[in-house]
Amino acid sequence: MKAVLEVMDQRHLIELQVLRERIKSIRKSVLDMTASTSAGLHVGASLSCVDVIATLYFMKMRHSPYRPDWADRDRFILSKGHAAPALYAVLAEAGYFPKEELKTIKDLNSRLQGHPDLRTPGVDAPSGSLGQGISIGIGMALAAKRRGSRSRVYVLVGDGECDEGQIWESLMTAAHLKLNNLVLIVDRNGWQLDDRTEEIKRKAPLKGKIESFGWETYLINGHDPEKILDALDLCELADGPAAIIARTMKGKGVQFMEGTNKGHKMRFSNEQYQEALTELEEAS
Amino acid sequence: MRAIFGEALSSLGEANYNLMVLTADVAKPTGVYKFAEAHPSRFFNVGISEQDMIGIASGLALSGSVPVVAVFAPFLMRAWEQVRSTVARANLNVKMVGTHAGLSASDEGGSHQSLEDVALMRVLPNMTVVVPGDRQEIAEATRAIVAMRGPVYMRLGRDESLSFLEGEQVFRIGRAVTVADGSDITVFSNGSMTAEVLAAAESLDIGVKVVHVPTVKPLDSGAIVSAARETGLVACVEEHSVIGGLGSAVAELLSGEYPVPVKRIGVNDTYGESGPQRELLRKHGLVAESIGETLKRIVRGKAA
Repeated sequence: MKAVLEVMDQRHLIELQVLRERIKSIRKSVLDMTASTSAGLHVGASLSCVDVIATLYFMKMRHSPYRPDWADRDRFILSKGHAAPALYAVLAEAGYFPKEELKTIKDLNSRLQGHPDLRTPGVDAPSGSLGQGISIGIGMALAAKRRGSRSRVYVLVGDGECDEGQIWESLMTAAHLKLNNLVLIVDRNGWQLDDRTEEIKRKAPLKGKIESFGWETYLINGHDPEKILDALDLCELADGPAAIIARTMKGKGVQFMEGTNKGHKMRFSNEQYQEALTELEEAS
Repeated sequence: MRAIFGEALSSLGEANYNLMVLTADVAKPTGVYKFAEAHPSRFFNVGISEQDMIGIASGLALSGSVPVVAVFAPFLMRAWEQVRSTVARANLNVKMVGTHAGLSASDEGGSHQSLEDVALMRVLPNMTVVVPGDRQEIAEATRAIVAMRGPVYMRLGRDESLSFLEGEQVFRIGRAVTVADGSDITVFSNGSMTAEVLAAAESLDIGVKVVHVPTVKPLDSGAIVSAARETGLVACVEEHSVIGGLGSAVAELLSGEYPVPVKRIGVNDTYGESGPQRELLRKHGLVAESIGETLKRIVRGKAA
């Protein structure tokens, strides 16, 4: 028995190592996309949530790029739609469309719109206007329950997005309906467009607020895939909806952006791009 | 009217297991409680949160259900941005029913009267907008919007009793029907206003062609242009602002296809107020007698 557990542990460690490599490659895709377009991307907000999205797609969700419309798939809603580059990079890494297509982001006639759109293979819900993702997730979770499907629904919102009233309407609804197939992840990077989240409108104590609405809530380091995975596992045991507050850093992985609002929406100079790439390569 | 809608919806639920109904704490006044009683597992009262309701309907539609939401028309507009950004933009199969529209929430006052909903919904790409008024038509329209694919806004008033259409099938999406003939002027109208226009036409000694236009989008352009050609003079009557509703839609169409004078009769860029419904309609010139007066004036003005 002990031997079996050790083997399983080793397998788990290997899987996590593979995941970390993939996340590195996804971060690189985000940098490449930023460098490839003159439009400017929300790179800071994308880099803060790539670990969460990648962990979901590669370790947790049941889905297949060969059947993006499989009715019983788990669903992911990027409610903070401005982090679309992170989602696109993950979807390309998972095989929903060729990685080369990533550089067409925001181009005219591209399938990769500035914010998530159903024309992109693998995108489960449109977004871009903040505050709507949990409500949409509730609809999907209800539909799954009605069909007797095992399908689970994951919604990622930003912490700045929690200013929206609809977030709190939907938190109430999901708890009321005891939707134990719905998981919320808050990308708690501490920044919104104009300033720090706590300067614009205080969110703290975010965990207490969400808990008080009837959600089982976990607070974790949102850049550690192992912690993310543990929390996601725990969410499956909840009697009702469960939430994870992922403490993150805007611009994670690129020094000149990390923990600042510099990368809220930016274009890279060639120097910045090279600097970011080097840093990413050197990171363990 | 709402009872007819509620009953139609409830009987649709017998055959269509994908049909889900949502409301925001107005199951009784919108009539959807009938569906709730018959199909409790497919009914969700989300509470007083219209934006959340539209989001939930979007999620249901994205998962293959056919959600119908029913609320008071002015408060559906509270979630207009959700309708714009999610439902219409993604062309989701969500049916939205706004009840107590126009001035029909009379005693409640301007807060509850919806005079801009047709304009707001009509401007959205992918959206179908229907404004039935006849009792049989309301039941048929309810079936038709559920049967079609794509987002729909159906606008209902308060009157349950009107009957001005005849035939086996009185409603088809995108079809206008001529309900009275005449050669001096054509009146396009919808909702319960068509009954007023018909009463006005009967009392007048001028020839009024009355065309009922229950689908504001897509417009029945063939029928509208040919009626305009026949009479050369057009008026539109609706329980809505003169800005952006049926009158605007007809004027937009005719200005390109067959320019003729178009008189828009409705609420003149103002909010409603409390009052008995008839008196309120009269104040805005939307009862048969005042519509008749206006039509006479237009026809005489043209002759002069």
